[in-house]
Amino acid sequence: MNPPIPRHDRPADVYFFATCVVDLFMPEAGMDAIAVLEHAGVRVSFPAAQTCCGQPAYTSGFPADARAVARTQLDLFAQPWPIVVPSGSCAGMIRHHWPRLFADDAALAARAAAVAERVVEFTDFVVATLGLDLTAAQNEAIALCLHTSCSARRETDALRSGRQLLNTLPGVELRTQEHEPECCGFGGTFSIKHAEISAAMAGDKVDALLATGCSRYVSADCGCLLNLNTTLEKRGEPLRGQHIASFLRNRLRLDSEPAA
Amino acid sequence: MNPADNARARSAILARLREAAPADTGTAPGVAAYYGRLATPERSSIATRFAERARSWRAEVVDCTAHNWAEALARIVAAKGIRHLLAGRTTPLAAGIAALAPATSLHWYDETMETFKPVLFDQIDAGISTTRGGIADTGSLIVWPDADEPRTLSLVPPIHIAVLHAHTLHETLYAAMQAQRWAGQLPTNALLVTGPSKTADIQRLLVYGAHGPKQLVILLLHGEAGA
Amino acid sequence: MSAERPTADPRAFKDNSRLVLADPVLRRNFRGAMDFLTDKRAAQFPDADAFAELRDLGKQIRQHALANLPQLLMQLETRLHENGIHLHWAEDAAAANAIFLDLARRHDAPTMVKGKSMVSEEIGLNHEMAAHGIACIETDMGEYILQLDGDRPSHIIMPAIHKTKEDVAKIFATHIPGAGYTEDVEELIAIGRRALRNEFRTAKIGVSGVNFLVAETGSLVLVENEGNGRLSTTVPDVHIAITGIEKVVATLDHIAPLFTLLTRSATGQAVTTYLNVISGPRRADEKDGPREVHLILLDNGRSQAYREEHFRATLQCIRCGACMNHCPVYARIGGLSYGTTYPGPIGAIISPHLMNLDSTRDLPTASSLCGACGEVCPVGIPIPDLLMRLREAGRHSHPAAQQRQALKGQGAARSIVEVVAWKAWRLLYAHSALYALFAWIAPRLRVLAVAARSGWTRTRAPLRPARRSLREQLATRTPLHSRKALRDRHSPD
Repeated sequence: MNPPIPRHDRPADVYFFATCVVDLFMPEAGMDAIAVLEHAGVRVSFPAAQTCCGQPAYTSGFPADARAVARTQLDLFAQPWPIVVPSGSCAGMIRHHWPRLFADDAALAARAAAVAERVVEFTDFVVATLGLDLTAAQNEAIALCLHTSCSARRETDALRSGRQLLNTLPGVELRTQEHEPECCGFGGTFSIKHAEISAAMAGDKVDALLATGCSRYVSADCGCLLNLNTTLEKRGEPLRGQHIASFLRNRLRLDSEPAA
Repeated sequence: MNPADNARARSAILARLREAAPADTGTAPGVAAYYGRLATPERSSIATRFAERARSWRAEVVDCTAHNWAEALARIVAAKGIRHLLAGRTTPLAAGIAALAPATSLHWYDETMETFKPVLFDQIDAGISTTRGGIADTGSLIVWPDADEPRTLSLVPPIHIAVLHAHTLHETLYAAMQAQRWAGQLPTNALLVTGPSKTADIQRLLVYGAHGPKQLVILLLHGEAGA
Repeated sequence: MSAERPTADPRAFKDNSRLVLADPVLRRNFRGAMDFLTDKRAAQFPDADAFAELRDLGKQIRQHALANLPQLLMQLETRLHENGIHLHWAEDAAAANAIFLDLARRHDAPTMVKGKSMVSEEIGLNHEMAAHGIACIETDMGEYILQLDGDRPSHIIMPAIHKTKEDVAKIFATHIPGAGYTEDVEELIAIGRRALRNEFRTAKIGVSGVNFLVAETGSLVLVENEGNGRLSTTVPDVHIAITGIEKVVATLDHIAPLFTLLTRSATGQAVTTYLNVISGPRRADEKDGPREVHLILLDNGRSQAYREEHFRATLQCIRCGACMNHCPVYARIGGLSYGTTYPGPIGAIISPHLMNLDSTRDLPTASSLCGACGEVCPVGIPIPDLLMRLREAGRHSHPAAQQRQALKGQGAARSIVEVVAWKAWRLLYAHSALYALFAWIAPRLRVLAVAARSGWTRTRAPLRPARRSLREQLATRTPLHSRKALRDRHSPD
């Protein structure tokens, strides 16, 4: 078994950096993550000027454009609070790649580093810092798969946290799909530039998930979720993936948002 | 290619590299420190560990002593139906080999390979060689061919029989290189041999006996150094 | 395998990969082989920390060698000379082939037997020699099968992994006189052994690659299982080795960790059957071994990678193939699709230097940047990072600030559409007010739906923005604690 994830003192406040994909394509994941954080007694601050970590341009070979965007995000986190990110790949981008992005400007690099060191992936934060009380969670039996994005797996501790979280939720039977560590084929612009290869990877991943007989799968990365869910939808399969925050909110029976 | 072209290519390549080479040439890698940190198993079990590893590569390991290895060899020769055995004439093994039953025709590797090819390629069933030591970590033999035991002795015949003294075993390749001072005295050809030749090139299915020997027999001689 | 084969041209990458993706047998072969190699490697490195420690040492050794490359090559030259090994320098493939041809003519050799050498593939040796009436005979079992079939290697370590034993049975029955048809793999290997024995016995020249060169001792180090490498470098009168200028290491003891990293990473073996250290031709008193040993050091674009600090790590590679074994793209399309000598992630980062960024423009983008390659690399090459830098170099005509000069084919993948798209993206995402407006409009106009022709929707439902963005929902949400507390905390837009 993995050693326990270190716990930090629970802060009173956190910043929430939603990421552009959550903002536009999966806002429910962001709402649910905020609800879980607030349920645990943490005040959540959403800097309204946030946009994107710059990853899409960065990985496509346009670092100057990525930098221009990332640069505007440096000013948004004035308080020394943790910055919770509901996406492993964006958290990884900030933590591991911002230093290179700002490498040739010492002042900016220092500010980027100060932001980066406070960035924590949502699942990691929930497991290592929040220490949620899960005894009151609903315990209806469900067979579940966890898909961890490659960045989350390699650049954060989200794989371990995700497994630990799901394993401690009552009623959850965690199943493991074939080739579990393998990429789902999203890879940002890769899925457009090399659509056939990406589709083959997504198709295999979906086959592996379906073969487990799980009734749902969860992930902490919306890029993977969009890639796999749209593949499942096109195939007419009922299986869907959900952000781990949404699943958690549901299991904790936290009220859904009042209709606005 | 003419020497002028070669010289031109040489200086062009080196000039490009020199121009780009970093000013900081870095620190020497900590190879000794790395191997120093590895746990050292008990010396008393080194022969057992070597044999276990060597067998995992399908080498046959026959335990014997300095006094009875020739008898062990005779049994192997008989069991495998070896009719033509090849050896070096002036090795410490020569006397023991020469004492083999007359049913075996013994060939000494006395001439150059060019004239010896018909015998070497078409007749010899097994070559027997000394070894310079072994490596417990991987079950490997250290073989340094020389004038008396040429390279092809352990390569062309279908069976290679190697005589290994347990006291020449080392834990790792690194330890052997250090203890035997390889860097200062490498022969024209130095080898590690681990099991018989093999391939998995067809559908990943492992087959022993590719182009080199199909069988490797190790006579592992126990007892004190020089015994 | 389908009748149509992927072409040996990286410009055909997309067509090639389509061909393989549509072939279920081939895909099964690759997947099976990759799973096999992945599992075997994992068994060799059960402890992640122990692997990390050994990898750090391997990386240090290779980085140290590259940092001292000119000096080490000079030292190597001196030692080789002392050892009686002839050294040749070749700037490109044509020069290397000219050296081979000259040696073949001088020794009146109609054939050469070859141990496995990827660098000989890189220079197209077999083809070039054939054009001059000289037959190069591949002796590695996998390479031999491919040569009989007129096919190319699809993997640098296991060249014929795309063939089944039935394929091999047919190839042998067709091309080897008297072989007959058998699917028994032991028997097939025995057939190959018999067929090649006489070639080893009679060839005047043996050709090999080199896994490592040792500057300290002037040695050529070869790693192999079959024994064909030993035979090729021992029985013929002349041994010609060819390798890249980057293969040198400083001292003999550096071989110990690199050797174990190589074999464990490549095929998941703790060791190979042979480690063959060659430090000279046959001495006067010796009875066998080649009478001449030649080493050809090839540049062929390597000095371009060396020149650029950020691309130099490419040359740390020890050609184990672990990056391809673990690459989800390679597992789908196989090695032939790349159309280059070196496929997979290492191929994608080295081919642009050996060829140019124009013909290889599709290779650096053919990765989801999942990071599996970098994770398993036994010498710590940051492959995903290098892929990103090559993407950048392909899309910018001017070298990046840290670059010394433009790469060959720098900017060849630049498209105005892509440049404009990223400028537009930047405009939106670097201006929060503009972005907020966009985030309000996009869901209403559904402007973000990925165009149907993009390829996304061929296998996926269209991607559509949510009805209301997160920021819009948050603006009207009642927070759990108190609406006021939260609103005070939000920075004003």
